[in-house]
Amino acid sequence: MAGEGGRVEAGCGPPVEHEVDRREFLEQALRAGLGVPILLGVVRIQDLAAGEARQEGYEPSEHYYGMGVDVERCIGCGMCAKACKTENDVPLEPYYFNTWIERYVIQTDGEVVVDSPNGGLDGFPRAQSEGEIQRTFFVPKLCNHCEDPPCVQVCPVGATFTTEDGAVLVDEEYCIGCRYCIQACPYGARWFHPEKHVAAKCTLCYHRLVEGLVPACVEVCPTGARVFGEVEHRATPLARFMRLNEIQVLKPHMNTKPRVYYANLDGEVR
Amino acid sequence: MPQQVPRLVVLFAVLAVGFVVARQYLVPDTFGDVGHYRAAAVTAIVAREKSYAGHRECADCHDDIAEKRLASHHSGVACEVCHGPGAEHAEYPDEVELPAPRERGFCPLCHRYDPSRPTGFPQIDPVIHNPLEPCMSCHDPHAPEPPEVPEECGACHGQIARQKAVSHHVTLACTTCHATEEEHKIMPRLVRPGKPVDRSFCGTCHDEDADSPETIPRIDLATHGEDYRCWQCHYPHYPETG
Repeated sequence: MAGEGGRVEAGCGPPVEHEVDRREFLEQALRAGLGVPILLGVVRIQDLAAGEARQEGYEPSEHYYGMGVDVERCIGCGMCAKACKTENDVPLEPYYFNTWIERYVIQTDGEVVVDSPNGGLDGFPRAQSEGEIQRTFFVPKLCNHCEDPPCVQVCPVGATFTTEDGAVLVDEEYCIGCRYCIQACPYGARWFHPEKHVAAKCTLCYHRLVEGLVPACVEVCPTGARVFGEVEHRATPLARFMRLNEIQVLKPHMNTKPRVYYANLDGEVR
Repeated sequence: MPQQVPRLVVLFAVLAVGFVVARQYLVPDTFGDVGHYRAAAVTAIVAREKSYAGHRECADCHDDIAEKRLASHHSGVACEVCHGPGAEHAEYPDEVELPAPRERGFCPLCHRYDPSRPTGFPQIDPVIHNPLEPCMSCHDPHAPEPPEVPEECGACHGQIARQKAVSHHVTLACTTCHATEEEHKIMPRLVRPGKPVDRSFCGTCHDEDADSPETIPRIDLATHGEDYRCWQCHYPHYPETG
């Protein structure tokens, strides 16, 4: 005990009166500091109770959306990619796409050539492939609005989220621009907005859905290669599409449970 | 009570209150109201302006064109595919006019021949298909029909026609194998062309005993390829050499 006491004294150095003073000072400071934030906290709680204003007449919990893509019908005209950029104010530079079209050329020697000049926005120039073409087709791509989205899991601040009706969205105000979600997306569907400095992606044209409209890409698809609708109801265009076609999703081994369903998808499509 | 207990109680109380207060400040408004996100973010996204009005809105005023289009081969082609985003026009119909693309470069965005396009989709080669003539002078975009019934099957079946053109079957007319009624040209999906159904059809040229030019490759129909039908191994529009 004596040794310990000695160590304390030696460690504290200053005389006993000073030690008490510091303690008292801390206690008083804490007591004084407690009251103000509690008062402020009460004010903030009242703010919260004001709640949020949501779109009237639209009940998200009554919907659950998905999209069907029939690869056999896509003609690679690029209307969807163009309409998407217009509707969602996506920068026109060829690095930023919510949706884009890939051209697959599978040659007889087995080599697979995939290209997407400017996302297919201006159509596709003739294939410059060296070998003989065995089969070739277009594949429209977009955010898969996964049921288990890796991008939402990795967001450190909760700025990306899945709505009740199944759209994976980004909160532009709250996103800190760390780009984790862009890294995490296995489909390359996210991009970094060059002016807003936040992650950006396909919203399924959420602002159109609440008005009962289909996404812009579906609206302008001239061949009906894109089908939009409810996943769970029976009598919807998408439900019919899924009944009548053999459906595949992209990268099923990632267990992301995508909600973009492809019909007539070639095994080479990644 | 030991002296440490009230001190620790005070310390923990301070920490707890500090946490609650800090949380009030750091967690934004409406966070967690619906899920692990700011509900206000959804409100902000919902409030975005739309550029495309949707074809139903167009039909409110242009009902005659909408009706015409719905009965045509362009029934699935929404107005804004060609006329561009029309939400502004729908709101201010007199001030904002929408473009109507009339130049030759526009229609080939969809109808230029491209090997990656699906078989059966009507495709032309813009270089040789009535050059210099605007598409509209022959085709009505709201109800497109060929001005004359196409003589060549390749007008619609471009991919097959182009493959056949470089194959050993180049001299064969499509109707040699596909018995096709005239009406197929007007109602392509309702009246379908015929197809050969058995091996003996190909045998009329390729059987050992067939009455056909000697340069045509011959097989013994009785033994060649077992039970398979010819087109299960050979592609008649581009038969393999050797």
